[in-house]
Amino acid sequence: MNWNALLFGVFPYIALTLAVAVTAYRMVYRPFSVSAQSSQLLEQKRLFFGSVAMHWGLVIVLLGHLLALFLPKGLLLWNAVPLRLYLLEITGLGLGLWALVGTYVLLARRISVARVRAASTAMDYVVLVVVFVSALTGVLTALLYRYGSFWFPAVMTPYLWSILTLQPRPELIADLPFWTQLHVFNFWLLLAVFPFSRLIHILTVPLGYLFRPWQIVIWVRKLAR
Amino acid sequence: MRVRAHMSMLFHLDKCIGCHTCSVACKNLWTDRKGAEYMWWNNVETRPGAGYPTGWEDQERFRGGWEFKDGHLDLRLHSRTQGLFRLFFNPALPSLDDYYEPYTFRYNDLFTSPEGEDQPTAIPVSMITGEPMTPEAGPNWDDDLGGSPLYAQNDPNLQALDPEVQAQLSEIEGVVFQYLPRICNHCLNPACVAACPSGAIYKRAEDGVVLVNENKCKAWRMCVAACPYKKVYYNWATGKSEKCILCFPRLETGQAPACAHSCVGRIRYMGVLLYDADRIPEAAMVPDEELVESQLRVILDPFDPEVIAAAKAEGIDDGWIKAAQNSPIYKFVKVWRLALPLHPEYRTLAMMFYVPPLSPVVSTVEKALRASQGNGGLVRLDLPETDLDFELYESLEKARLPVKYLANLFAAGNEALIVPVLKKMLAVRILKRQESLEGRPTEKALKVLADAGLTLEEAEAIYRLTTLPTLEERFVLPPYHREMAAEVWKDPLAHKGEAGFGYIQPPLRGE
Repeated sequence: MNWNALLFGVFPYIALTLAVAVTAYRMVYRPFSVSAQSSQLLEQKRLFFGSVAMHWGLVIVLLGHLLALFLPKGLLLWNAVPLRLYLLEITGLGLGLWALVGTYVLLARRISVARVRAASTAMDYVVLVVVFVSALTGVLTALLYRYGSFWFPAVMTPYLWSILTLQPRPELIADLPFWTQLHVFNFWLLLAVFPFSRLIHILTVPLGYLFRPWQIVIWVRKLAR
Repeated sequence: MRVRAHMSMLFHLDKCIGCHTCSVACKNLWTDRKGAEYMWWNNVETRPGAGYPTGWEDQERFRGGWEFKDGHLDLRLHSRTQGLFRLFFNPALPSLDDYYEPYTFRYNDLFTSPEGEDQPTAIPVSMITGEPMTPEAGPNWDDDLGGSPLYAQNDPNLQALDPEVQAQLSEIEGVVFQYLPRICNHCLNPACVAACPSGAIYKRAEDGVVLVNENKCKAWRMCVAACPYKKVYYNWATGKSEKCILCFPRLETGQAPACAHSCVGRIRYMGVLLYDADRIPEAAMVPDEELVESQLRVILDPFDPEVIAAAKAEGIDDGWIKAAQNSPIYKFVKVWRLALPLHPEYRTLAMMFYVPPLSPVVSTVEKALRASQGNGGLVRLDLPETDLDFELYESLEKARLPVKYLANLFAAGNEALIVPVLKKMLAVRILKRQESLEGRPTEKALKVLADAGLTLEEAEAIYRLTTLPTLEERFVLPPYHREMAAEVWKDPLAHKGEAGFGYIQPPLRGE
């Protein structure tokens, strides 16, 4: 077995298994551990510039990746007109840069603000580093190997589907440039880290807030019946 | 009518000596932990003053409570969608510096310093970083600084006062202050519950205690900003919100909350109120000056047979109904109308009540007299000692702590609600003083009593419950029957020989 098969054919399954099994265990048996672990109380100003940029940048870019995964043909049709291709690429690059800067601000803040450092665990740093590498390699790929949105449907979409359908084709990744390979591997790493870190809060996005009644009153005794 | 029961506390501010024993009892019991050092679920403020966290009443900045506009009741903090968009950064959240950075001292240095020329000192260090620091704020940093321009003048409740009265409050001879002990108000219409995106905060129907389910809390920290009293705190170490739990483990075992039980001045009372949950929405949606009245309408008469029947239908047992009938809170709040909620204009329908404090009038009356006589010296009031009280009764508007100030604290600015309370308290005081001086109530005292709207029996009851109550009269605690509630969940025989029920995790960050 070569490195390519190990990193892009086997490791993804380790990461996915961990992500599903450990996440489920943690949600059910360790609910206290699931939290966004906000540090806004300890430091506000730098958090504002870092957190807003990182979160929104990543959320929108990730949605773009998902779109390419589920609607590759649609993406190609969109890109058929050069102007639309440029628009998409520039938007994506801008958002990626925004997320990159935001992550950098958060990483620098976590290291340099004494209060935040005191509240941090080792995993808090690991998460930020992994996210930073993700954003950095993504931006590099977008800058160096144009145009990502053009070749993603041809290379990445089949690769990801091959993993998800349990017929891995790691050879699709073998000839990609280093930065792109790192980007892909880093994603699987992120998935492996996910259940062991604060990243798990992504799953708890409180969309139910839009629909629940304002007030919550519980009869402790009646509930038990 | 949907009857529910509520455990409420009452603070008799006229008796508070500002000793902070309540705060220390609470701190020792609940918040002496990593991440909770800065929290004071119970704190005592000097008023006029900026409070803790500094300026917490400034809702333009902290956006707490509800807003009633165009017939709608909305959170001042956010709409539902806004709430979701502000998950990554909540602009209204107080920072640690709005509270204070918790600190301790390196006491060990006193013992381990090498021999030298100077006395060793214990330098202050941050309880968060462990680094040396200079404390610049604390939970009672402006303690007893009632007239200070640095702190007292930042009190938002002073803003609506005449500039003349404000100036008078900061004069050396006119300086006045009162104490304001605060815990979570366990509101009927809590803004923290409504603001929580995860739905982790809830109100217990059995006794009204508002609690954070720490397993559901995801650190979105909206509750901290939404609570207009700033009584939900964020634990930076565990990443969970925490708040006053009204010592429910103590209540469930028949003990009063630690703050109330330890109160040196015995200013705190604890008892059951029955309320109608159906009337809550309408009570919160009236103009500011009617808020207190509408809240009192939510609280039900525990002697009314209809209320008793409805309470039993909701599963409230005889022990609770009896406790509601003996409740000192019901007497102070509904029967005698001596107690008011703190800042009713926040529209959360706070369920902890305050008897406002009396303050001296003499100095302001003297000052007016001096001005009228046109000389500079100190003028004794030309009144016989026995008439002094009556002079005060007639000149409440000259009370050193302005009635308007008290109204801003306890009545949404409505002075008409404060004046009768102060008159009743003064009338009782005059009556009892006359009784002990003359051996009987004088005719003049009885006239004042009638003017305040009290009968002799009522005055006697107010006097007894204010000055001579026993522990059982101050704390009328209902039987919780916790053992029965636990048995519904768990079979005690199956757990025989074990310590406690269930599996408890250590409250560590991310574990």
